[in-house]
Amino acid sequence: MIIFYLFWAFFIANLLGYGGGPASIPLNFEEVVQHFHWLSKEEFSNMLALANALPGPIATKIAAYVGYSVLGWPGVFIALIATVLPSAIALVLLLKLIGRYRQSPVVKGMTLAVQPVIAVMMLILTWEIGGDAIRSIGMVQSLVIALISLAALTKFRVHPAFLIVAAFAYGGLVIPLL
Amino acid sequence: MKHPYRELIIAMTRTGILGFGGGPSVIPLIRHEAVSKFKWIDDDEFGEILAIANALPGPIATKMSAYLGHKVKGVPGAVVATAAHILPTCVAMAALFAAVNVLSHSKIVSGMIGAVTPVIAVMLGIMAYEFGQKALKGFGLLAGVLFFILAFLGLQVFSIHPGIIVILFLTYGAFHFKLKRKAAREKDKGVSAS
Repeated sequence: MIIFYLFWAFFIANLLGYGGGPASIPLNFEEVVQHFHWLSKEEFSNMLALANALPGPIATKIAAYVGYSVLGWPGVFIALIATVLPSAIALVLLLKLIGRYRQSPVVKGMTLAVQPVIAVMMLILTWEIGGDAIRSIGMVQSLVIALISLAALTKFRVHPAFLIVAAFAYGGLVIPLL
Repeated sequence: MKHPYRELIIAMTRTGILGFGGGPSVIPLIRHEAVSKFKWIDDDEFGEILAIANALPGPIATKMSAYLGHKVKGVPGAVVATAAHILPTCVAMAALFAAVNVLSHSKIVSGMIGAVTPVIAVMLGIMAYEFGQKALKGFGLLAGVLFFILAFLGLQVFSIHPGIIVILFLTYGAFHFKLKRKAAREKDKGVSAS
């Protein structure tokens, strides 16, 4: 029975979590803490802090952690399947349908019309994440790192991975000493 | 594509391990791997996937991994790509079960995250610029700017859900070329009549 509950909790939380991983956090909280009492409030917030400190999608990290604490490794597997599978299948099917009509002016128009929305969404995210950066390491450091990144990515065509590793090295070695 | 599975695993593990700050921050990284590096899809298709992934519920990054994997190697590809993307950090999460308190208060960890945030912001900014350029090229300056303003008003000022905005724009897009042709024909008529 617990297998079914575990599946159900993560299926529902991610199905209703509209707008990507972070949007599903409150819904996960609702299922995991309020409804099924798998974690206490405090455990949940500690888990969230850890999840934020690790890379990768947040929703699957939460699922792995809660799944493990409820049922060990099988729990990890079930919670992950429930989180990932439904929306992945939906996306693949929908895009297959669109792909079949790729040459039609209808689909071409749709592809074009969505570009300004993506541009604006990215712009808003840039603004928000820039704000996070300034709050966390201050204006000067944020701007210097941002300018270096901009030059490296657009002028010198550095692979983003190098840039991220360099930023980690700086953040892990230099920032704690400041 | 000599080693499709190996490419999928390399690309998706790399993006999974380097994507700090949840789903959205990983989008530029996935774009780099899928469009620039391994050329599984072009930029138009990437934009389309991104928009539709945004309109569907569930985590963004896993939806995109599944789609790319499926595109390259069908269902097994989708499983491999998604697993490569999420497994390393999921295993870390379960393994760190006990170390929660120590790590979440570590100065080193918070310093690393702080330093990487501006890098992510710049990557997102570059993407915004490039998609913006594409929109202007496709729509022309006037209509393009008008659509930017509409999208901005909807998303930021009225806080309408991105999924709804995407669906509205897609709906308009379905008729865009028809309307354009009609407008062109009417213009022709006007010119020949005068």
